Amino acid sequence: MSGFSVTEPSRRQKWIAGVLVITYALVTIMPLLWIIATGFKSPEDAISYPPKVVFQPSLEGYVNLFSSRTRITESMQETLQPAETWYDQVARDSGTVIVGASRYGQRFLNSVVIGFGSTFLAIVFGTTAAYAFSRFKVPLKDDLLFFILSTRMMPPIAVAIPIFLMFRQLGLNDTKLGMILLYTAVNLSLSVWLLKGFIDEIPFEYEEAALIDGYTRFQAFYKVVLPQAATGIASTAIFCLIFAWNEYAFAVLLTSGNAQTAPPFIPTIIGVGGQDWPAVAAGATIFLIPVMIFTILLRKHLLRGITFGAVRK
Amino acid sequence: MAQIIIKNLRKDFGDFTAVKASSFTIEDGEFFMLLGPSGCGKTTTLRMIAGLELPTAGEIYIDGEEVSQKRASERDIAFVFQMFALYPHLNVRQNISYPLKSQGMPKAQIKAKVAEVAQILGIEDILNKPVGGLSGGDRQRVALGRAIVREPKAFMMDEPLGALDAEFREHMSEELRALHDRMGATTVYVTHDQLEAMQMGDKIVVMNHGSVEQFGVPQEIYDWPATLFVADFIGSPPMNFLDFQGEVAKGDTTVSLNGHTFEVPKQLQEASGDLVFGIRPEHITLNTISRYKGEVLATEYLGTTQIVTLRCANGMLKARISAHDDIHVGDQVGLVFNARTVTLFDKKSGAALLSDANKGVLDHG
Repeated sequence: MSGFSVTEPSRRQKWIAGVLVITYALVTIMPLLWIIATGFKSPEDAISYPPKVVFQPSLEGYVNLFSSRTRITESMQETLQPAETWYDQVARDSGTVIVGASRYGQRFLNSVVIGFGSTFLAIVFGTTAAYAFSRFKVPLKDDLLFFILSTRMMPPIAVAIPIFLMFRQLGLNDTKLGMILLYTAVNLSLSVWLLKGFIDEIPFEYEEAALIDGYTRFQAFYKVVLPQAATGIASTAIFCLIFAWNEYAFAVLLTSGNAQTAPPFIPTIIGVGGQDWPAVAAGATIFLIPVMIFTILLRKHLLRGITFGAVRK
Repeated sequence: MAQIIIKNLRKDFGDFTAVKASSFTIEDGEFFMLLGPSGCGKTTTLRMIAGLELPTAGEIYIDGEEVSQKRASERDIAFVFQMFALYPHLNVRQNISYPLKSQGMPKAQIKAKVAEVAQILGIEDILNKPVGGLSGGDRQRVALGRAIVREPKAFMMDEPLGALDAEFREHMSEELRALHDRMGATTVYVTHDQLEAMQMGDKIVVMNHGSVEQFGVPQEIYDWPATLFVADFIGSPPMNFLDFQGEVAKGDTTVSLNGHTFEVPKQLQEASGDLVFGIRPEHITLNTISRYKGEVLATEYLGTTQIVTLRCANGMLKARISAHDDIHVGDQVGLVFNARTVTLFDKKSGAALLSDANKGVLDHG
């Protein structure tokens, strides 16, 4: 082969592209690596300057994250039985004893329930609404669609006070149900619009074929349309979950104990006995895991979803 | 298998009338063509028969049962779509078994049925493939398989060859016709291709602007068109039209064009004013002695025949003559029309004037 090719990048182009991609990856991954590393540092290493790249790994951050402890003097420590578990030992090495579990586990669970619950509802309502908008003659269709979109035209937090008052009136303050409904409502406009686009791309003929083949309208919807919209549903679900998972402002405002999610809880860890950066970093690291797993599982669909409809098939 | 009767079928989309009071009968086992230009209402008619559109008015009888307001799934018909509409998330076997699954047929029986259909269509080797990678012809066969596996009362086909390459169309149209002859199922087939319609159809309905223009066997429609539209739409090149002013009385056997007298079949209808003298290209012969002259403008060589374009006193003409005749652009030639084949039309209404020759055809339509 000689000369140049239209479709194959040249060696130089590949090299430049590689450098750009790696630079970008470093820029985006660095904070993440920093947080993960900090989670495994001792509190002294975490705040040392210049920052330590090589350090003695410690699980103190994780132990502190999941436990509540009390500080004891050295003389008191000598009177105690030897530590029974490895995490007891970690705590004692830093001059504390574990007196119980922290509330992180429960907050984390709240995040899972509220995040996945609201995503599920946003997808169920979003798919059915999008199907209706796509296939049926809905009176004032365009106005309704614009209205749905208009809920996105200001930051949701701008209406925080009315929502707060409404929630108080309805007894939804600091309840998981309240947070699920709120996040569903915020995500619904996104899911209706995204999914309508995907469903519009599915030719109506498939449903007609199913109707002729002896299926009802609803069977045609879930047996023929839903499988073909799977890509769109998966990518929409990722966007919805990421929003609900990371949402901070409403969670601070509307939850305090029972339904508090992880984002408002993590910063509070810092206050117990000095600045416990490793525990905060450990909390943030664990918090990242579910949404990462979810995204990786649906990644194939996400990539297809983003380019969906770009080329007429 | 079933007879299908369409009575005064009408479909409005808002202010637009897609189909106006159409009536025709499709006999049991017929290969029936709905032919017309795009937007003529042929597809809407087919979709109403299938139950994909509900008619605004009129009746549809399938096998004696009035079904016009019934669901598609209750009509026991199969539909082959132009773009095939194979379920993309299912493989070939699943696509073909889909209609049987909705009937709740046992798995073993479905399997046997699918195997039988696959054998008829010669697609046994692709049964387990996804439909995405199939060629146009194979997709077409799978779509047919999905239609015939149910043994429905009738097949509806909406331009099923429209998405295929030209060379493959020919082959598939033969295959389709052979399949029809083998199964003997009533088939309603929509096409805008008049050649396809004449080639494959037992009977043709020609539609235009939502109305049925003519209904009959291909040869009758070709020889004795009921309207100017049909005469122009069917045949390639279409019928020639020579405009003239004049009068036709009952019993006339001649008409006068520009002072020349031409014989025509015995007329059974009176008419006057703007009339049209219609003659098929193959019924024109060229000679040197006729006094009605034309000037040769172009010739197209087609192997065994050639198409000669001429200008004469009453307009342009195309004649189909032997390729061996020595004709050159610029020649002045005499024109002779085969009197037995002439159709006269009323220009304003577009309708053919009734004569001894076309009476048999036009009376029953």
